[in-house]
Amino acid sequence: MSISLLLEQTLNGLQFGVMLFLIAAGFTLVFGIMNLVNLAHGSFYMLGAYLFATVLQHVTSFWLSVAIAVFATGFAGALLEKVALKPLYKRPYLDQVLATLGLILFFNELTRVIWGSQPLNVTLSGTLNSSVSVGLGISYPVIRLVILAMGVLVALGLYLGITRTRTGMLIRAGASNRVFIGALGVNVNKVFSWAFSVGAALAGLAGALASPILAVEAGMGESILIFALIVVVIGGIGSFRGAFAAALLVGLIDTFGRLLLPPLFGDIAVYILMAVVLFWRPQGLFPAHG
Amino acid sequence: MRINDISLPRVSPRVLFVLMSAGLLLLPVYAQLIDVPFYITLVSRMMIFAIIALSLGFILGFAGMVCFGQAAFAGIGAYVVLVFNHHAATGTPLVSGPLTLHSTASAFVTWPMAMLVSAFAAFVIGVFALRTRGVYFIMITLAFAQMIYFFFINLKGYGGEDGMRLSGRSTFSGLIDLGDQLTFYYVTLAVLALVYFLLRRLVDSRFGLVLRGNRQNERRMAALGFSTMKFKLVAFTMSGAIAGLAGALMVNHGEFISPAFMHWVRSSDIIAMVVLGGYANLMGPVLGAGIILGLEDVLSSYTEHWQIIYGPLLLLVVLFARRGMYGIVTGRGADND
Repeated sequence: MSISLLLEQTLNGLQFGVMLFLIAAGFTLVFGIMNLVNLAHGSFYMLGAYLFATVLQHVTSFWLSVAIAVFATGFAGALLEKVALKPLYKRPYLDQVLATLGLILFFNELTRVIWGSQPLNVTLSGTLNSSVSVGLGISYPVIRLVILAMGVLVALGLYLGITRTRTGMLIRAGASNRVFIGALGVNVNKVFSWAFSVGAALAGLAGALASPILAVEAGMGESILIFALIVVVIGGIGSFRGAFAAALLVGLIDTFGRLLLPPLFGDIAVYILMAVVLFWRPQGLFPAHG
Repeated sequence: MRINDISLPRVSPRVLFVLMSAGLLLLPVYAQLIDVPFYITLVSRMMIFAIIALSLGFILGFAGMVCFGQAAFAGIGAYVVLVFNHHAATGTPLVSGPLTLHSTASAFVTWPMAMLVSAFAAFVIGVFALRTRGVYFIMITLAFAQMIYFFFINLKGYGGEDGMRLSGRSTFSGLIDLGDQLTFYYVTLAVLALVYFLLRRLVDSRFGLVLRGNRQNERRMAALGFSTMKFKLVAFTMSGAIAGLAGALMVNHGEFISPAFMHWVRSSDIIAMVVLGGYANLMGPVLGAGIILGLEDVLSSYTEHWQIIYGPLLLLVVLFARRGMYGIVTGRGADND
């Protein structure tokens, strides 16, 4: 493998990794703290992509479309949490899996009703649709670099938000002992409702950013969700640090696995990784504290 | 806010059983009377999924294992029959090399092989997966099911991602003709009945009692001196074998199989059948399979977007009718304790 291919594939792997992180972050938060397995989290990713594609046709500004898609997805998340998910918090995993599966089917069908079953193609204009030289004679698509940069920025923002702000402190405290901080007068449910919509918005952001490089279609949420599940399990449920490290790891292993291994093993490399982690370290590689 | 107190006419489990058996036995007669032979095909399909749902209902309801890979086990069984029949039809040996094995389309060979291979897959997966609990068990079975899914996608010799048509249904040495849909119906019913009674006996046996004890409190069972892991592994392997048998029926029914049948969303459909039907009793999964496939048939006749109704319905069932259909109809609780 030449150095330039190595560089290009590393960038691809990292870009896929940060995208997975954007989705896994919300999932791990909800999973780790509210103990809710929300399979419909992938639907927020799909929703973000569809909303972005639609808004872009009308306003043409890339960043404005991203912002609108992100806010709308966050709002949809807040709504869904209130209406459908709250009653599921104290239910066994089996109930949660089934109920959120129902939501997946609903959202997939809803997008088919609204946008039709043909995949949408998103074409960007201007600089975003071009490539830049990243050294070693490789020109790399700008949008992929944007995804990479946004992912890193969001990860940094989340890290600071969780470790340095009062809300972040409450989230961490709630994760350690929900009942106790409730007794101290903190409205835990409200904090978590906010956390839930932020998680949904991040998945929406991932969807919006990914839409130019992937087909926007019903069901796109499930294929990415399963990767997010792998990330969350490998990183340790509820752990942001773990989700970030595991997302990059999964992104790189998946990219290079498909490049270097025979087809079958390339396809299942990350599943093997997940099974091995579950077997040897069920708590994940970077378990959450508390 | 549960519909536990809804005033439905209650029937005892025994009456429900008699009703279901009579319904299944007599349905072909009714279908021919009203001249809608499609019902025979539809109910055959329901019964095949009922067998898969039973295989999951057994380990889920009585041993507490939420396996996310039941469709994969059924798919393995289906592919085993496909591979045998393909080689039998083309006259190519199953295995060539120093040891040449010739193939056959006989169900007396291929169906037990389907069970055996699925059971073996379940055994291997069980050895790893059963060390984990709760949501981790769901995840690890999902991971293994995906590996199986991708294995068949990469099996280019048998259609790869597109799947493959079955070259002729399984044969029974000329005794039974599976090509006849009425015969197929009663063969499926016989298999369903066999699986049902076998599991019925099993859950009431000492083996079943240990499993149920495990589900309630595994540590206590271990303290009583039971090797809980072995019991769970045996149950999990049996569940795989039953799903494999259903897979053999499934490929004969559709005369086609593709990896899409093993997608994880398919496995969650099976889970939905078990929960919707209720897993306190083995009748629940059978009811659930019938209801979900029936609902799919009815709703999709009104709109192609039937899932927009079905999805929220699943959510409502989970929120308000946890005991499943079986619980609602018989007034029994959600668990089999």
